Amino acid sequence: MFGYYLDLALRSLKRNKALTALMVLAIAVGIGACMTTLTVMHLLSGDPLPGRSQRIFYAQVDPDITDKEGQREPPDMLDYHSATDLWSARRADRQALVVDSRLKLHAPDVNLPPLMATMLSTTTDFFPMFDVPFQYGGGWSADDDARHARVAVISADLNLRLFGGADSVGRTLRLRESDVRIVGVLKPWRPSPLFYAVAGGRFSNGDTADFYGKAEDVMTPFFTGLEINDGNFQQFNCWGIPSTPGHLQNAPCNWIRLWVELGDGGKVAGYRRFLADYAAQQKALGRFTVAGNTRLRSLMQWLDFNGVVPSDVRLQTWLAFAFLAICLFNTVGLLLAKFLRRSGEIGVRRALGASRLAIFAQCLMEAGMVGLLGGIGGWLLTLAGLWLVRRQPAAYADMAYLDTTMFLATFALAVAVSVLAGLLPAVRASRIAPGLQLKAL
Amino acid sequence: MQIKPILSALRQHKAGTLLIAMQIALTLAIVCNALFIIQQRLAHLSEPTGIDEPDIFVVQNEWVGKLSTSQADARMQEDLRAIRQLASVQDVTPSNSYPLRGSGWDDGIRLKPDQLQDTSGSTVYFGDEHFIDTLGVKLVAGRNFRPEEVAPMDMRYSLSPPVVIVTRALADKLFPAGDALGKTIYLAGSPTAIVGIIDQLQAQSVERWAAAFAHRSVIVPRRLAVSLGAYYIVRARPGQLDAAMRETPRALFAINPRRVISDKDGLLSFAQVRDRAYERDRGMAILMGLICVVLLAITAAGIVGLTSFWVGQRRKQIGVRRALGATRRDILGYFLTENLLISCGGALLGVLLAVAVNLWLVVRFEMNRLSLAYVLAGVVLLLLLGQGAVLAPALRASRVPPVEATRSV
Repeated sequence: MFGYYLDLALRSLKRNKALTALMVLAIAVGIGACMTTLTVMHLLSGDPLPGRSQRIFYAQVDPDITDKEGQREPPDMLDYHSATDLWSARRADRQALVVDSRLKLHAPDVNLPPLMATMLSTTTDFFPMFDVPFQYGGGWSADDDARHARVAVISADLNLRLFGGADSVGRTLRLRESDVRIVGVLKPWRPSPLFYAVAGGRFSNGDTADFYGKAEDVMTPFFTGLEINDGNFQQFNCWGIPSTPGHLQNAPCNWIRLWVELGDGGKVAGYRRFLADYAAQQKALGRFTVAGNTRLRSLMQWLDFNGVVPSDVRLQTWLAFAFLAICLFNTVGLLLAKFLRRSGEIGVRRALGASRLAIFAQCLMEAGMVGLLGGIGGWLLTLAGLWLVRRQPAAYADMAYLDTTMFLATFALAVAVSVLAGLLPAVRASRIAPGLQLKAL
Repeated sequence: MQIKPILSALRQHKAGTLLIAMQIALTLAIVCNALFIIQQRLAHLSEPTGIDEPDIFVVQNEWVGKLSTSQADARMQEDLRAIRQLASVQDVTPSNSYPLRGSGWDDGIRLKPDQLQDTSGSTVYFGDEHFIDTLGVKLVAGRNFRPEEVAPMDMRYSLSPPVVIVTRALADKLFPAGDALGKTIYLAGSPTAIVGIIDQLQAQSVERWAAAFAHRSVIVPRRLAVSLGAYYIVRARPGQLDAAMRETPRALFAINPRRVISDKDGLLSFAQVRDRAYERDRGMAILMGLICVVLLAITAAGIVGLTSFWVGQRRKQIGVRRALGATRRDILGYFLTENLLISCGGALLGVLLAVAVNLWLVVRFEMNRLSLAYVLAGVVLLLLLGQGAVLAPALRASRVPPVEATRSV
């Protein structure tokens, strides 16, 4: 039965090539536009730490003394005092301080000019907490954090540039004027977005493409990094003028992030209480003016709060669906014309004993075939569309490739859309009265 | 032309009529809004910076090794003298940034020292007494910096210039009465006097967050003397940009090779700066344009397909009409009018949809209100498209011979 319907569908499609081509093209263009934007959306709105993200939380308190009411959102980052207090209390299962900066980097035993690099300064828990994959070596210990040890972990990219991808554990890097020993080399690691660095999204008016940048070139223990690159740290915001720009340890500025891992709901509630108690205590000490303004958002809540998916991308996705809707209307119209034009043929088949259901199924089969062909076209157009996306100057451009899920989704969507488009014409075709048609023949 | 018979004929083809009308409505809604977005991006993209763009290029100079403030300043002065001596160069000024660079120093300006909220945001440009001439901006009031007011500055000093020059946009924002010249303002917490007002100078960022202070710039009499280096903004003599861009790095490396001028963006003509700054806006405008064209093509193809089907279906009726005395023009007119009626219905629905989509965009994406001109342009465009698409099948219909009426009835 299936084979017969397939044969009928192919014959019918071959009969009017121009109309078939038009329908296939319409579906292909609609699917191509949709799948291109959906692939980008899928890439940008995904969970950067699948399976772990619900245990990761971002802590915020409000040290800004100019905020008298505490009605507004607390600042997106922490000041040095609060950050180190909360971190050293070690109330979470794991906790990592995070701050990034830029510096000049050089490998003394490699004959390459110095380069400007990005440095992430963090604490030992960062690597297990975020499941960071290592190629060689590993992270540093809590003891290294405490001793301000001169050690570093470098990215796969930097390792390739400086050492040709060889095992560089034990070799030396010069960060500004300080030598550090490499203890670990990462595997290529490209979280999307670069979730641990996300902040300030609500001030960006939807221009959030930069949240999808690459991970830092080099990572050092938190306090080591502050010493090495002293004077080159950027504040997120300040409520007073720092006495020494770039040296923010005692400045009235927010510039450090604190990520914590909390195993279960009880611990989350406990940590919330801990943050509130800390703020109350700081208020009692006179350092904070408001106590109640603390937040503990889970990773996905934090990404959501920052609106990480750029508004241009969201707009394009909506547009693509509207596009698909127009292509759908187009296909419905053309299929309707096609089926009803064959009224005579359908009348004969009905007179010879084909049931309404059989006619309906035959028509849907034909619509499905159009969808399949449109899917192939749509897949090619999606590849072309993603190639165009990769040529855009956006930070996420290099990640825009079609994965298996989206590849299968392309064909599923194409067939679903065309069968949907075929429903009304098929119903109309199956209602054709055989007698009337036979008379006209 | 009788409209009633057309309407009653359309009643026989409800599904097809509705489909074409819906397609036209949706296309209209999207095309209007897309055209509007294109226009907004293009308007943004063609905003003038206020400087003499064709003759300007920028050198990003970085020193190798650590230098003290006075060393860095001495080397910079030496560089500037060397550049100024080139035959192809008219003038040069050192700065921390330049318009459209993408990022840089933005700071709030207050009118009183104890004020809590900034009166305005502003872009802070460093410049010496050559700044105005080099950039080709027009001084509309007051005076230029005097050489003795210009001082070297390290990133660690706090910015407390004795005098500043501001743009007219900033002056008007701070002092709406128009008496900004000579007034004291507070920049980064310290008082300073406005000694000059220039016509126009755009901010370093064209992103939406900086739109509030897009042309509110302030120029401070400072030279950025740090070991990381600074930007040299160079104005070539008219028509000699290429020569100046070739000679300048050569002259700089001749006096001191211990410097880095990046191959990638160490030397940029202002045209390149502009291209980079607006890359994304241009990309979005092109994408929207492409979408409009494809949508219109698909809609037109749909109309052609369905009308062709109708013509094929009605060959006999057309033959009968022709046999009863209808001219070819009548038949052509019939199909054109039919399409016009459907298109008008679709366009009416489309206008409502376009406004609804725009309102939603205003709420969700902080866009501007759609101007009615775009809706009207869209309606005209789609009506013309409909008539154009229906022409071929209608002509075919008009060529149906009257003898068709006699066949197999």
